[in-house]
Amino acid sequence: MKKPMTRGLSAVAMITVVALGTAACGSSSDGGASGSATASGGGGGGTEVKLGFMGDLTGPNKALGINIRNGAKLAIDEYNATNPDSKITLLEYDSQGDPKQASSLAPKALDDGIVGMVGPAFSGETADTGAIWQEAGVPFVSASATRVALAENGWTMFHRALADDGFQGPGVANVIVKGSGAKKVAVIDDASEYGKGLADEVAKGVTEGGGTVAVREAVAAEGTQVPNYSSTIAKIKGAGVDAIFYGGYYAQSGPFAKQLKDGGVKAAFVSGDGSLDQAFVTGAGAAADTSILSCACALITDAATGGQKTFYDNYKKAFSTEPGTYSPEGYDAATAFVKAVQGGKTDKAGLAEAVSASDFEGVSKTIKFEENGNIAGGTILIYQVKDGKIVQIGTSEDAKF
Amino acid sequence: MSNFFSQFWASTIDGLTQGGIYALIALGYTLVYGVLRLINFAHSEIFMIGTFTTVGVIALFGVTSPLTGLGLFLFLLVAALAAAFVSGTSAVILERVAYRPLRRRGATQLAALISAIGASLFLQQAFSLRWPDTVGTERVMDKTVIATIGSGLLRADKLLVIVGAIAMMLILDRLVNRTRFGRAIRATAQSADTATLMGVNIDRVIMLTFLIGGAMAGVAGMLYIVFFEVTTFAVGFVLGIKAFTAAVLGGIGNLRGALLGGLSLGLIEEYGASIVGSQWKDVIAFSVLVLVLMFRPTGLLGESLGKARA
Repeated sequence: MKKPMTRGLSAVAMITVVALGTAACGSSSDGGASGSATASGGGGGGTEVKLGFMGDLTGPNKALGINIRNGAKLAIDEYNATNPDSKITLLEYDSQGDPKQASSLAPKALDDGIVGMVGPAFSGETADTGAIWQEAGVPFVSASATRVALAENGWTMFHRALADDGFQGPGVANVIVKGSGAKKVAVIDDASEYGKGLADEVAKGVTEGGGTVAVREAVAAEGTQVPNYSSTIAKIKGAGVDAIFYGGYYAQSGPFAKQLKDGGVKAAFVSGDGSLDQAFVTGAGAAADTSILSCACALITDAATGGQKTFYDNYKKAFSTEPGTYSPEGYDAATAFVKAVQGGKTDKAGLAEAVSASDFEGVSKTIKFEENGNIAGGTILIYQVKDGKIVQIGTSEDAKF
Repeated sequence: MSNFFSQFWASTIDGLTQGGIYALIALGYTLVYGVLRLINFAHSEIFMIGTFTTVGVIALFGVTSPLTGLGLFLFLLVAALAAAFVSGTSAVILERVAYRPLRRRGATQLAALISAIGASLFLQQAFSLRWPDTVGTERVMDKTVIATIGSGLLRADKLLVIVGAIAMMLILDRLVNRTRFGRAIRATAQSADTATLMGVNIDRVIMLTFLIGGAMAGVAGMLYIVFFEVTTFAVGFVLGIKAFTAAVLGGIGNLRGALLGGLSLGLIEEYGASIVGSQWKDVIAFSVLVLVLMFRPTGLLGESLGKARA
């Protein structure tokens, strides 16, 4: 009686493992592939220039993807409204921020005949699809991928509209060590391309700046899962650190900040651009207060002036919401393509050449690319959560907290 | 290794808290397996429904600041009952829709397993349509520190989870081992055919088994929300696998095994994480499972529900 039962059980367990694997793929593959054309009516005479956008529109960190998409859409709609000969269509590819989905959407985007890509948004998906765009000769301008190594692949098609983590990491480290006077720092990441890359840079910067990295570990981020950080928190508490840096996105950093506070940790919470979203404040609740967030990106509020104010007003009118993190970069990335099309380029090769040679005043900064696709120059801005609002408190050189 | 000692108490408390939730979910797997020899994979979604019910109760109560005293007690009682009721009912409906028709037609175990996975995906995706993002709630219970044990803080909410889980287990254990109805469950687990001949209504027993397992998952969902204050449509996915692991670890089909397996798994994860790092949590948990199954294929306690002492 006993023996066959056991055998039956292990068979069930085996099937289970296989089945769960399939379930895991299945559960995250909805809403993936539809590359729907947006707005930009008309489309009659003249050539139609198809651009793609790839990023998280329905996944766990969709706020960031939607910000970029809206920024890009605004730039393109503004251009199309001038009734040009060649209109631009923006096709959307919703990767849910998942590199695997991005890889399977990329061939579809090429089939659709895109000649340029605003994106991919996150570092992971950019790393996994970069070679595909490169081979197809499709220029791609990411508004938010900051992992350093992306510029080291020799991809001539690659560009990004903001400074990378090699720039952001030391900047944040400087603020942690000099700006707050922290000696012992815990550096935690979510094991993603972006999170680990940024956390490594910060850890390096902290050590070089004279501080000690007392805890350095990764917490597995499981997409839409609700994470439990208990063991990491116990470790941080035991080490008695002055500040905690978390490299990762807001879907996890919010609950993490909250659990830290509940766990009795009083050290300052610092995170990067992936957490720079109001959703971080919502997720962390009261624990978000005084948290420090850094970004190589410009957060444009209604206090802005000049061109930024115009951008703010137009954005708000078009989407009935304020521009968020990466919206200005999305706008600038799309503008690089718009300028190229205005210059009469409508094919891949022409666009690639024109985009690489970009040199214009964007809403976030001057858009000029280096040989490897990185943006020339760049400043790291430091933000702090005060009374539930994210406000800028300075740059990585002068911010104090 | 030094981390292990310095964090021993903190890890112990966290491990028991997490383990308590595993154990309550594991019960559902174990009960259904004991009676039907079926792994009810949609059970993790029954738990998910319990978390959403609790979020609903919090909204109905209009909680805006943490409750104390009688208010808190009443809330916990109502929330536990509501979550147990909704989850239990969902489990019964699930059995009616996804398993009974197959059983009636004498389908194979494999067909039932596939039906279970289908039901699980269906429920997850249905909830994701309405709630695609994480759903947070107001805090219902202050995270007051009751006692400090070494490096560990014993917080009120953690204590509630641990005590709640163990209390539910004891009640269930009595129910199965001491009551007439429990005898029917055990009889069915031992041999469904014989039980039928003895006048046990099998369909009723199976329905009640799902009801109880579902209710336990509902209570687990309530405790989970009080503790984590946030849920998503996918909340049951990894937790469900962990709870299933806990059930197998303790000896699937064995109620006390579910408690032992759940608490051990929680502790192993936390201790392991304190030694080699949090990113290895799942690796450690599943390695232990593999090792246990290699040397004790029937799990730690090994007995099946039918053979449990009367």
